[in-house]
Amino acid sequence: MTNDHPAVRSKTNIPFYRDERILQIFAQVVSTVVIIGILIWAIINFFRAAEARNMTLTFGFLKDSAGFPISNPPIAYEPVMSTGRAFLVGLVNTLMVSGLGIVFAVILGTLIALARLSSNWLLSRIALIYIEFHRNIPLLVLLFIWYFVVFGMVPPVQESIIWPGPTFVNKRGVYLSWPRLTETGSIFMISIAIGLLLATIAYSMLRKRRKITGKETYYIPASLGLLIISFIVGWLLSGGTPFQIDSPYLDGFNYQGGLRLTPEFAGMFISLSMYTGAFIAEVIRGGIQAVDRGQIEAARAVGLSPLQVLSLVIMPQALRIIIPPMISQFLNLTKNSSLALAIGFQEVFSVGKIAINQAGRAVPVFAMIMITYLSLSLLTSFILNIYNRRIQFVLR
Amino acid sequence: MYRKYFPIIAMFMVLTIILTACGGTGTVETVIETVIVEVPAEGPPAKAEILDRVLERGKVVCGGRTDLAGFGMLDEAGNNTGFDIDFCRAVAAAVLGDPTAIEVVPLTAADRGPVLQTAEVDILSRNVTWTASRDSQWGNFTTVMFYDGQGFMIRKDSGITSTADFDGGTVCVTSGTTTEQNLSDFFRQNGMEYEAVIFEESAAVYSAYEEGRCDITTSDKSQLASVRSGFADPDAHFILDITISKEPLTPAVPHGDDTWFDIVKLVSYALINAEELGITSANVEAMKSSENINVLRLLGEEGDWGYTDLGLEPDALANAIAAVGNYGQIYDRYMGPVGISFTLPRGPNELWNNGGLIYAPPVK
Repeated sequence: MTNDHPAVRSKTNIPFYRDERILQIFAQVVSTVVIIGILIWAIINFFRAAEARNMTLTFGFLKDSAGFPISNPPIAYEPVMSTGRAFLVGLVNTLMVSGLGIVFAVILGTLIALARLSSNWLLSRIALIYIEFHRNIPLLVLLFIWYFVVFGMVPPVQESIIWPGPTFVNKRGVYLSWPRLTETGSIFMISIAIGLLLATIAYSMLRKRRKITGKETYYIPASLGLLIISFIVGWLLSGGTPFQIDSPYLDGFNYQGGLRLTPEFAGMFISLSMYTGAFIAEVIRGGIQAVDRGQIEAARAVGLSPLQVLSLVIMPQALRIIIPPMISQFLNLTKNSSLALAIGFQEVFSVGKIAINQAGRAVPVFAMIMITYLSLSLLTSFILNIYNRRIQFVLR
Repeated sequence: MYRKYFPIIAMFMVLTIILTACGGTGTVETVIETVIVEVPAEGPPAKAEILDRVLERGKVVCGGRTDLAGFGMLDEAGNNTGFDIDFCRAVAAAVLGDPTAIEVVPLTAADRGPVLQTAEVDILSRNVTWTASRDSQWGNFTTVMFYDGQGFMIRKDSGITSTADFDGGTVCVTSGTTTEQNLSDFFRQNGMEYEAVIFEESAAVYSAYEEGRCDITTSDKSQLASVRSGFADPDAHFILDITISKEPLTPAVPHGDDTWFDIVKLVSYALINAEELGITSANVEAMKSSENINVLRLLGEEGDWGYTDLGLEPDALANAIAAVGNYGQIYDRYMGPVGISFTLPRGPNELWNNGGLIYAPPVK
């Protein structure tokens, strides 16, 4: 009976080579085989070529002594140490410049975006010029401008510019006076850390209780009080001198002491933050402008203050739009840090390239470089995606 | 969830496969070998692979540079010239009969090794120091064409008079060079501290030095002389009279092609022997009727110096000499008393019978 149904009958009568379902599976199988085949061919070809060229593909060279110097290593490094260690130094430099770069790019981007949205004509024009300038020149050019032009105009060591602090600026870098922990300083830091922990616990517990019981629990003053107490206790315990201001002084060729930003690091860091800051400003502006005007008008109508409108109505909605493109800006910044090669800041790519040359292991080193950037990018987007999901979820 | 991350997982899997294979376990290779049985074996490169491709292309591809006066630079007309480039021209003249049949690929110090390893260039003639590890990894080194050593350049007003004043100094240096290693060895051996500022482009190194980012810059002495000649005020700079290393600058060819290796070596022998025998680019035709039997042999007028086995014309070496001159002529053109680029006494680069180190086996 059911077999007489026209649809079923026609289906059974179709030969397999015209049956859409079978054809689809067939296409899947064929494309899988082709892709895997190409991959296998590529890998085999790669190994054959490497063998023919006498290239070694092992990672043993990482244990050998590197032999090359690295300028201003952030962690202890000597040329006698291993190539692996040199790579690690590069990685720390990459993390440092991209981490700080991201923080400052966000701060700068937010300020510029606010200026761009400001009703002050001059302010918004200045922001516009800033954005257009940075978005329309290549980062490499910006790097050269900062490194070779700006730092090129700075006077030599003996004629350093002295800014209040004292801060010294010369061709060898920017030397800041910087508080350094004294011997008792660690007690102070531990005390602050405990205070911070207690304050966080108090904040969340008291806030939760207020939510449940509806009674005012003064959670903000309570947690702030805890912080202040820990600060005072730490200060007293450390004998009143947890810090000492370390000022740079001229000794021989260069200044010693203080906190030094080398021209390479400063050039890289400034260019990266300013360049990415311009893109972030546009992302933030776009996000804020995408919030429906009606929302703002309604918020004003119910009597919220301008600050409340911004923090309770505009930002929660704008963030949902801002975060996803922001992730890609962060990734861009991290990857762009590899341009540091051009101005002698030795991050992971530039150390890798030296290692290739000194150890002659192009393939393993490039594999390491790729995996490093890939892991950094995946880690960044993983963390931000969690955050993104949280704000999306809360709002829906 | 799984589907969303599939591309990433797949990428990691591929990388893991490559890495485990790189780890030398060899399991992947055997697996692959069993999957596809018939893979056309590449084997060792054919005997005259590079010569064949040069003849077919009608051009010698030469790894060089365009930023070092005297060795590899561009002239006013935009042509590649220099000591290293002339050697390429000599090879092109010998193999193809045309010294202009070259293509110069400008390379940074850090790029030159991999480029030679993968045989992207036929000759690497880019003041490369011959070292044992490079010889085993990069390619075959032919004949030392320039004996050099590493020196230091400083500003005259810096107050430095000898290397004893170097402690705590800042040094600008090119990455991926023997220079970089020698520098760190030198400071370590002398128990001194220094700050290295390292760039990949040598142009960046010297502009940073000239701007005052560094107190000291270091490289092969010939290179320092060359760079100094290009400074805004050459007299404000000073090359210290100390040599801290041996830098035999040597053209290199890719591994695996003995014929090509032999040809390039022979060309350098010919240029050196030509100077010894008094053959110049001007008199090469006249010398073909010389009385000296060694001259006749070199110019292919008598006996076979090996051209039949190498697949060259009898007058190949004569062509090379006619095109660029003998060793001394090439040197003087760029670095002699009235050289185009700068003046550097020949010193160790004199012929062996003149107190120098330049020596070549006889061509016969």
